[in-house]
Amino acid sequence: MENEAQFTVDLGNLMCFNPHHHFPSKPSSREELVKECLEKGTELVQIIANNLFNLPSTESVDGPLVKLPPPTTRLPREKPLPKPKAPTKWEEFAKARGIKNRKRDKLVLDEQSGTWKRRYGYDRANDEENIPIIEAKMTDEPGFDPFAKRLSDKKNRVEKQEKNRMQNLKQAAKVGNLPSHVQLAATALPITGTQAAPKKASKHDLGKVAGIAVTATASGGKFDKKLRGEKPAQQPKKFRKFLPVAEGTGIGSQERSQTERILNSLISKNSHEILNVDKAISMYNVKKEKRKNQKGKSSSTSSKLKPKTKPQKKFSKKGSSKKEKAK
Amino acid sequence: MLKVKTPRNHRVRRELEKRAPKLVENGKKTLILHGTKTSGVLNEVLKEIYHLKKGKAVKFSRKNENIKPFENGGETSLEFFSMKTDCSIFVYGSHSKKRPDNLVIGRTYDHHIYDLVEVGVENFKPMESFKYDKKLAPLIGSKPMIAFIGEGFENVEELKHFKEVLLDLLRGEVVENLNLVGLDRVYVCTAISSNRVFLSHCGLRLKKSGTKVPRMELVEVGPSMDLVVRRHRLPNDSLKKAAMKTARDQPKKKVKNVGDDAVEGKIGKIYIPDQKVGEMAVINKSKGVKRERREAKLKKSDQGHASKKQKEDST
Repeated sequence: MENEAQFTVDLGNLMCFNPHHHFPSKPSSREELVKECLEKGTELVQIIANNLFNLPSTESVDGPLVKLPPPTTRLPREKPLPKPKAPTKWEEFAKARGIKNRKRDKLVLDEQSGTWKRRYGYDRANDEENIPIIEAKMTDEPGFDPFAKRLSDKKNRVEKQEKNRMQNLKQAAKVGNLPSHVQLAATALPITGTQAAPKKASKHDLGKVAGIAVTATASGGKFDKKLRGEKPAQQPKKFRKFLPVAEGTGIGSQERSQTERILNSLISKNSHEILNVDKAISMYNVKKEKRKNQKGKSSSTSSKLKPKTKPQKKFSKKGSSKKEKAK
Repeated sequence: MLKVKTPRNHRVRRELEKRAPKLVENGKKTLILHGTKTSGVLNEVLKEIYHLKKGKAVKFSRKNENIKPFENGGETSLEFFSMKTDCSIFVYGSHSKKRPDNLVIGRTYDHHIYDLVEVGVENFKPMESFKYDKKLAPLIGSKPMIAFIGEGFENVEELKHFKEVLLDLLRGEVVENLNLVGLDRVYVCTAISSNRVFLSHCGLRLKKSGTKVPRMELVEVGPSMDLVVRRHRLPNDSLKKAAMKTARDQPKKKVKNVGDDAVEGKIGKIYIPDQKVGEMAVINKSKGVKRERREAKLKKSDQGHASKKQKEDST
């Protein structure tokens, strides 16, 4: 009944989709439903088979082999696309200079023994390290050991090579291009596609955290053994200032200023004045200065020559008035 | 100090390279596990799914309490397992009063959750309950044919998403060459209503027809179940874009020692090491040896007669 051309066939996945079948809203019974589903299924499978068997096939030992087309339904990948390998420092240099890789022979003629030996590895040709006698040059100091020098030279070369290799790998890791079998051990993540390395904590952050950890003991970290070179904790604490016991008879000046301060803050909290006189005065003074500066700039004379007119600091009227009131 | 860790043996190195991201990917592996509580039905379902996908599936037998796929924090365990087993589809079964016989089928991208579909299983019939001719039983690992029927798969968004997930789950490996003798299973998925899908696994019987295309006959073989779509989560757009990216076709790899000639066609080069004729083993020694033996025997017999005569003389 349905038009065959309306079925979607995806041969690469061996799938066929019939979007037009409409099931009756009240299925008659379970078995009938199953039968109908299987019938429809058989139709679709027949269509797939028709398409399959009409593909060009090659005979093989087991049976007719058919080359399937790539699947048409797009399904998501499981891992991201691989990034192209970043060139190492040498590769970049070679590309810039135009240096091409030469093909070399596997065997090289060894001059000393006259046989063909391998180019590198065990028992190699023209090996510099196998020379039993090294002639001393005129420029050599007495007591100079050329064999030891050879060993240390080789060690230096190997170290340099390792350092360069590490640099290349670190560069690749920064870009995210580390080869799949290599893992840089400081970052102990499992080897996987694109998980970025966690950022290293800064010295400041570490110090802060260490400080918090240290003071998290019952005695606030005061009696813990400190490591060599560990600075004492720098926690900003509020210190209570205790006035000196003996200062003179009666209320000394320090005590007076302390009590004055306390009284002022208490009374100002309870006052209902809308205008904060202190603040108004300082704001007015600041504005005046600014205006003066602007005038000074507009005129050619430098402000330094002008006599400085410092605004007179008016004593806290508010406080004095309150004192009178309190009295 | 940064240290470079590389695998100590080549076997591990090869495994790591298998799991590395590639242009053409390996087939997706399936992870089957269950939560705190499962019902008998659900256990059977998970077991059968594992059998259907044997070879490309991993089944965990312990219960996992802290996996809740649809919640924010409950996915970390799943992602960890996916990373360890290198599986990018998972089937998680759980049973509760609110959601009985619950299956969550999900996919991962780069070992992070990509999308999820939650279905309930009803009217489950296991493989043993079907009686059929044993010759029709599909072999493990054969590529299945998949048939989707119903307008629901086109119109209802949840079913559309479910169709994609089912295709990914059931299709198996993507192959280029297929042996037509090995076609023996079909998955039939019908959208019965706007949230119910009937899934059935059938074996194929090929019957002779007039043309070279055989007539197909479906025989119900394996599990059949009704799947009721409950919840689903679509992938967010940026992730979907990243996952659907495909590289353009790579130029085919150069085959070594094969060349094309305009006149003669395809030419191949074969390299043979030098033959040392003296050291070559002769295959059929027996005849030559026999002849030599005969000659040697003759010679000996002459000498032997002579020596015997001498002895008799001496004694």
